[in-house]
Amino acid sequence: MSVLIDKDTRVLVQGLGRTGTFHTDKAIAYGTQMVAAVHPTKKDTTEVFTGETDHSGVPGRDDTYEVELPIFGSVADAVAATGADASVVYVPPPFAADAIMEAADAGIELVVCITEGIPVADMVVVKRYLQDRPTRLVGPNCPGVITPAQCKIGIMPGYIHTPGRIGVVSRSGTLTYEAVHQLTQIGLGQTTAIGIGGDPVNGTNFVDALRLFNDDPETEGVIMIGEIGGTAEEEAAACIAEHMTKPVAGFIAGTTAPPGKRMGHAGAIISGGKGTAEAKIAALREAGVVVAPTPTDMGTAMMEALGG
Amino acid sequence: MKIHEYQAKELMAARGIPVPLGRVATTVDEAVAAVRPLIEESGNPVVVVKSQIHAGGRGKGRFKEHPDVGGVNVVTAGIEGGIEAAEEAVRHLAHQMLHSTLVTVQTGPEGKQVNRLYIEQGIDIARELYLSVLLDRAVWRNIVMASTEGGTEIEIVAEETPEKILRVEIDPAFGLLDFQAAELADGLGLEGQAERNGKKFFAALAEAAVELDTDLVEINPLVVTTDGQVMALDGKISFEPNALFRHPDVAELRDHSEEEDAEMAASEHGLSFIKLDGTIGCMVNGAGLAMATMDIIKHFGAEPANFLDVGGGATADKVTEAFKIITADPNVKGIFVNIFGGIMKCDTIAEGVVEAVKEVGLEVPLVVRLEGTNVELGKQIIDRSGLNVVSASDMKDGAQKIVEAVA
Repeated sequence: MSVLIDKDTRVLVQGLGRTGTFHTDKAIAYGTQMVAAVHPTKKDTTEVFTGETDHSGVPGRDDTYEVELPIFGSVADAVAATGADASVVYVPPPFAADAIMEAADAGIELVVCITEGIPVADMVVVKRYLQDRPTRLVGPNCPGVITPAQCKIGIMPGYIHTPGRIGVVSRSGTLTYEAVHQLTQIGLGQTTAIGIGGDPVNGTNFVDALRLFNDDPETEGVIMIGEIGGTAEEEAAACIAEHMTKPVAGFIAGTTAPPGKRMGHAGAIISGGKGTAEAKIAALREAGVVVAPTPTDMGTAMMEALGG
Repeated sequence: MKIHEYQAKELMAARGIPVPLGRVATTVDEAVAAVRPLIEESGNPVVVVKSQIHAGGRGKGRFKEHPDVGGVNVVTAGIEGGIEAAEEAVRHLAHQMLHSTLVTVQTGPEGKQVNRLYIEQGIDIARELYLSVLLDRAVWRNIVMASTEGGTEIEIVAEETPEKILRVEIDPAFGLLDFQAAELADGLGLEGQAERNGKKFFAALAEAAVELDTDLVEINPLVVTTDGQVMALDGKISFEPNALFRHPDVAELRDHSEEEDAEMAASEHGLSFIKLDGTIGCMVNGAGLAMATMDIIKHFGAEPANFLDVGGGATADKVTEAFKIITADPNVKGIFVNIFGGIMKCDTIAEGVVEAVKEVGLEVPLVVRLEGTNVELGKQIIDRSGLNVVSASDMKDGAQKIVEAVA
């Protein structure tokens, strides 16, 4: 088991520019079922991906393949022809919000948006649009979602992951890699790793991911990685205290961040004294989360939370 | 992106939002020349001379060179002495204020040089209120926030008398609805003419916030005049950086003199950089890891000199530029490069670092921690370069090594 995606997930890609093409190739190499692409100006053509990958494959797996991906002019056409149920969005910022809403309209269950730099106002509209629709959005401005050795949707390096027992949810890409790497090294592995992204208005949040992991029989514990800005971590802490039956370890970045400055991520900003790392760490500890003192200690914090 | 008060007021006025009459001045003569038309047009003999800097607390701020002069000055000389007296008073003030250093609670002790003044008509104020439009991250929408406690920082009101803050959510599908504007007017105790003007003001401001993709519009104080007008006496607008591509006219309002040189240089190269006060320069990929790197330096007893995210798709050139920006800071006593390669490959980072050191030299200790894609290649490049670089096995090891090296 895993959450959100597995070996049967049928993925289409929106946006086949340089980044989209590069990571579609890596996803195929990883074994993801890529079934279609959507690109208005390349419609009715195909893109061929052949197995000349670097390190993105699953270790020990044959990395030779040849996949011919059909390109459609719209998500609806792609869904009708291929039965895709998930989409990954690499569309540039001015058009990304529209791409997400198009996917939702076509009935896609899971939209993972990698694009960084989408205007906040556009995401406010997207949230409103998704309000009464069943589509789940992950991101934007995130590395994506991966269920090790089954399905990789996004830009994370596949080879650092290993199938296992821990769910990972994070606002930061590279800190997710740190956590995953440590979990792999200490032999816990991951069920699914979800990057929820660094934007102030995003789709899936900590609370959503925690509930998914709580309901997943294979997930034995969760690492959540937060950062300054907003109150998503405080809401997660409340959810953990009330509902979570599995141990949670965590890390919060930005203890030294000065107030009023946007720390790289659009959402990582302390404003009006709100959204500090101290407040988040305190809330999580209060809820029984083992908070790692440094990012190097995330794996051992998980061990501790598991009681080992 | 922040802009000056006078620019914010020009944008508001162009959208039918009432603001006092005013003129911007960069010289003493321009400041003096503004007085006559303002007094004649407004019929009010009082003018106000306001420093234009990107920091709040100007009214209570003081000039380093003239400790008895505040950042905002009401000139009443015109009441008895006529326009000429007002002009003389403004001349005297402009001499003291222009190119002097204003220190406010928000500028830090070093203060900010005042390069522009805004000369504004006097207003007969009946009430001072507070109004803002900003994103509420908990509900994923913009809200209008209002309070009867104008002139006070809203954070203080929120702390001490939270019941005095009104908030109304704006549904992006519908905008601010009439009944919501009425709710705000009622909550602020506006009546008669002021009530009608207030409702118009709220609607126009909410619309402007959407049209301009603002991050924050804050009117503090929003004033009700003795004749029932509702007006923005101060105006602060900051823009959402991700949306600037669709507002080229707004992007041009950026005042480069208000920003850190290093931060400007970094943004030109697509690097995310924030200068801090410590001694250890950091170069990291990913915003979260970059923050965590600062934190871990502090954890081991030193202070970071900067936040720097080279981004996911950095090239060797970009890494070189990043290195130059870090080493240009005279406070930097050591550098910590911390990379977890995903898309960004470790060999790319290594090449960039080697190239940069060749170009700008290396006079401080350098600790490099590489992990992830092509890590072995990256380590080889560093080892073969013959540079005096300390390798770290993980992030903690690297942080400890650089902190020891500068101690």
